[in-house]
Amino acid sequence: MAPTGFGELTLLLAIPILGAAALLFVPQRQSVALFSLSLATSVLDFFWSLRIFNLFDPRNGAMQLVERVPWMPSFGIHYVLGIDGISLFLVLLTTLLMPLAILASWPIKNRLKEYLICMLLLQTGMLGAFVALDLFLFYVFWEVMLVPMYFLIGVWGGARRVYAALKFVIYTMAGSLLMLVAIIYLATRHAQLTQVFTFDLLALYEVNLPFDQQLWLFLAFALSFAIKVPLFPFHTWLPDAHVEAPTAGSVILAGVLLKLGTYGFLRFALPLFPEAAQAALPGLVALSVIGIIYGAAVAMMQSDIKKLVAYSSVSHLGFVMLGLCALNLQGVQGAIYQMLNHGLSTGALFLLVGMIYDRRHSRLIDDFGGLWQQIPLFSSVLLFVTFASIGLPGLNGFIGEFLILLGAFAAVPGWTVAACSGIVLGAIYMLWMFRRVVFGPLTNPENQRLKDLNGRELAVLAPIVFLILYMGVYPQPFLARVQPAVELTLKRILTAAPPPMASSKSGEQPDHGR
Amino acid sequence: MDVNFAPLLPAIQVLVTALVVLGRDLFIDEGESKGVLAFYSLVGLALAAAETGMLLSGRQESAFGDSIVLDNFALFFTMIFLLAAALTILSAIDYVRQTGIHEGEFYALVLFAATGMIIMAGANDLMVFFLGLETMSVAVYILTGMWRTSARSSEASMKYFVMGAFATGFLLYGIALIYGATGSTNLNLIAAYLLDQPSEWPLYLIGGGFLLLIGFAFKVGAVPFHFWVPDVYEGAPTPVTGFMSVAVKAAAFAAWARILLYKFSPLESDWTFPLWMIAVATMTLGNLLAMTQSSVKRMLAYSSIAHAGYLLIPIVVGVEWGGLPLLFYLLTYAVMTLGAFAVLTSLAEGGEPRENYQDFAGLGFKRPFLALAMALFMLSLAGFPPLAGFTGKFYLFRSAVLAGHLNLAIIGVLNSLLSVVYYLRVIVAMYMEEGGVEGRSFRQLPYVYLAVAVAVIGTVYLGVLPGAALSWSRLAFFSLE
Repeated sequence: MAPTGFGELTLLLAIPILGAAALLFVPQRQSVALFSLSLATSVLDFFWSLRIFNLFDPRNGAMQLVERVPWMPSFGIHYVLGIDGISLFLVLLTTLLMPLAILASWPIKNRLKEYLICMLLLQTGMLGAFVALDLFLFYVFWEVMLVPMYFLIGVWGGARRVYAALKFVIYTMAGSLLMLVAIIYLATRHAQLTQVFTFDLLALYEVNLPFDQQLWLFLAFALSFAIKVPLFPFHTWLPDAHVEAPTAGSVILAGVLLKLGTYGFLRFALPLFPEAAQAALPGLVALSVIGIIYGAAVAMMQSDIKKLVAYSSVSHLGFVMLGLCALNLQGVQGAIYQMLNHGLSTGALFLLVGMIYDRRHSRLIDDFGGLWQQIPLFSSVLLFVTFASIGLPGLNGFIGEFLILLGAFAAVPGWTVAACSGIVLGAIYMLWMFRRVVFGPLTNPENQRLKDLNGRELAVLAPIVFLILYMGVYPQPFLARVQPAVELTLKRILTAAPPPMASSKSGEQPDHGR
Repeated sequence: MDVNFAPLLPAIQVLVTALVVLGRDLFIDEGESKGVLAFYSLVGLALAAAETGMLLSGRQESAFGDSIVLDNFALFFTMIFLLAAALTILSAIDYVRQTGIHEGEFYALVLFAATGMIIMAGANDLMVFFLGLETMSVAVYILTGMWRTSARSSEASMKYFVMGAFATGFLLYGIALIYGATGSTNLNLIAAYLLDQPSEWPLYLIGGGFLLLIGFAFKVGAVPFHFWVPDVYEGAPTPVTGFMSVAVKAAAFAAWARILLYKFSPLESDWTFPLWMIAVATMTLGNLLAMTQSSVKRMLAYSSIAHAGYLLIPIVVGVEWGGLPLLFYLLTYAVMTLGAFAVLTSLAEGGEPRENYQDFAGLGFKRPFLALAMALFMLSLAGFPPLAGFTGKFYLFRSAVLAGHLNLAIIGVLNSLLSVVYYLRVIVAMYMEEGGVEGRSFRQLPYVYLAVAVAVIGTVYLGVLPGAALSWSRLAFFSLE
């Protein structure tokens, strides 16, 4: 029996909202007060998530700290929150990255108050999507996230911000609206089979639908998540959104938002429709591997550092998907680990790109070169993060990639060999970029006046650097907590009973609130 | 003849208020403030709302030879009409002064129209329904043309009147055919006839049903009977446009639900497919054309066509599942649309309408709260959770799935996607573009802001805590049985 929570998770979601509400009453001019308040809010939320981490029982794979409050009970809609080993670290990643992103937003000068409010609302949306256990509630958070992100890109973004923001919203909604119909349909089928109308995820796990229905529902869910991941060929919104978004927006987008796609596969699409998922697996594997290689190849050709990092995300998330598709313990554990790694290392890369952009107002690789002589501190952090990103042993990326490849090799050896080329390509484009930016002679006179990282920027990067190292040498605390939940999920996917052959269309329609 | 005035109580209250407003207007000298008339109107509407609240209970009453009924269904719609009338009057107070519209007559006509709507919602006889419809329509024709110095307003009024008369013709002809077939205009007797003789319906009965259908489709602005909507909505004074797109539409849907969806439900199978076509065409065309507009007011006109399409989903779905979502969606649609039109009204200055996208540019940081409200209304209309529009759509699509119209749900969500494009354009203008409001001074308009605030509260409340409104909608629809 999983322990029941008493509002711990609700408080986790409420803190950012309360902070945002408090911000409304601070005048726009007092930028320091605005910053301190929002930073304090996000740090408080981080500490509260650490408390949740402490309350978490590492040996239990089931949902913990479950809260259940009727919301629209006659329609089977409840406010259900819960956390397990899969979502625990994603929640921690979110609460960790948010204060860093806010701290990194110091250069933002215009419309600061609205900016910070958007950031905090975004945090609630993301955290809610990670801990919601009712499909209706999940959908609400899933969509709520879009609005602040839309504003962050559209108001504080670069030159083509309006286009990028709209593209982001339209792509995401195209998938999620079909998922909404699928959610309703799934709940309806569940009601016809059991006479209970509910959107409760744990109850819906038990439904066994005929294969053809599973397949359509899986495709609707998978489309929504594949756009978010983004899986090739649904990735085209990502470079635009990343390039135009402000630094903190990119950090959150890459660090957390993309993880919601892979999280959605693991939490919803795969276990809800196990047979369809297994049938669709070869396709997903193929798309993942194409994404790995395609993302890496396109990243290599970029002249804009931010775009390069954006395409490298496509490649890295391909690895995560490959690990999930392996459907064995190593693969899925590695995938979850790699989600955290990607959040940290790509988050750090976007932060570094933002820092150099603030100084030089350029992100073009050709404008740089020889930075090591001028700004050694920046360069060494960049080197460290680059190594993390390409999976150097001893740093976190290695563990994740190794586990993924281990798991995937057992499941799909051919594709895995192809995916390995993505690692090689990754090393090539990252190190090539690094060489052109940091090494060589300092030819461009504009770079001679660059200042090195200041204290605030070091404070932003230090926690990430520490975690990259820590997770690289001592993954056990993480993997141990992830394992029971992954085993439970895998059991759900792999041991699904064959669906009842009889079409249940003839079943009596229960009275569930017309 | 059973004389029981209880079913008519709210209607009488509103009517008396209208007469008081008209009478008091005579004794206000030229140049004196007529604010007291708006006050009278609002007090009258509040009293009517209080009476409606008192009548709310499980009881069913009918009066005047079963020609008008008191049930939760009628009271539900009465509340919507009273809310719409009150918000319209609130947001019109400054507008009518600026545009030189006669104040007393304006408020009185809004109240007359509301009276007609209340009668429509409670009508249990086709003739009484028709009386209510005409009372409403004539008042709204005049309201549309009340801005007499604006050529667009006069043109809109003329168009609306001609088209409305056309629709009325269809309705009357349909009523005549139904009377010929069933021998009655009373809905209970007609329903009994339909149930008694399930197979021997004369062809002209079905023809009459279809004529009624066409008349309703005209009134709600469904494709292909929508051509009047954009011009009329654009030309009418902005508060009147809001009133039309909410209250007139709700009244038409109220009658549609009671008469066709419920009492004529044996004929349902005859018009499921044509209605399906109309619903799909209405939402798709409305959304596609809304995307191409450069005026926000005209965009809202097309969007109201699209929403009429969504509202047809529960009618296609039929009486078993369609009732609750229809009522609930009308409620959510009412608050968000009235709010959007109130914001639009507040932007007008003098005789200048200021209703294009570029008039919104930069509003987000010049008038943060007004823009935030508008952003909420746009997001709600587009169906973003946790706002009213999302909950409303959720129950619409849910009813479609439950009734086996999965295709309708899918077409519906794809249409929502289309609508995101143009609703977000307003937000783009407000927050992501510059100019427009630069150098403009804004007057403080407390009454409009009050209307906007009420609509914001409604939009958020119905989105986050829809439970009470949902069970109320359910009660209301089941009171028909």
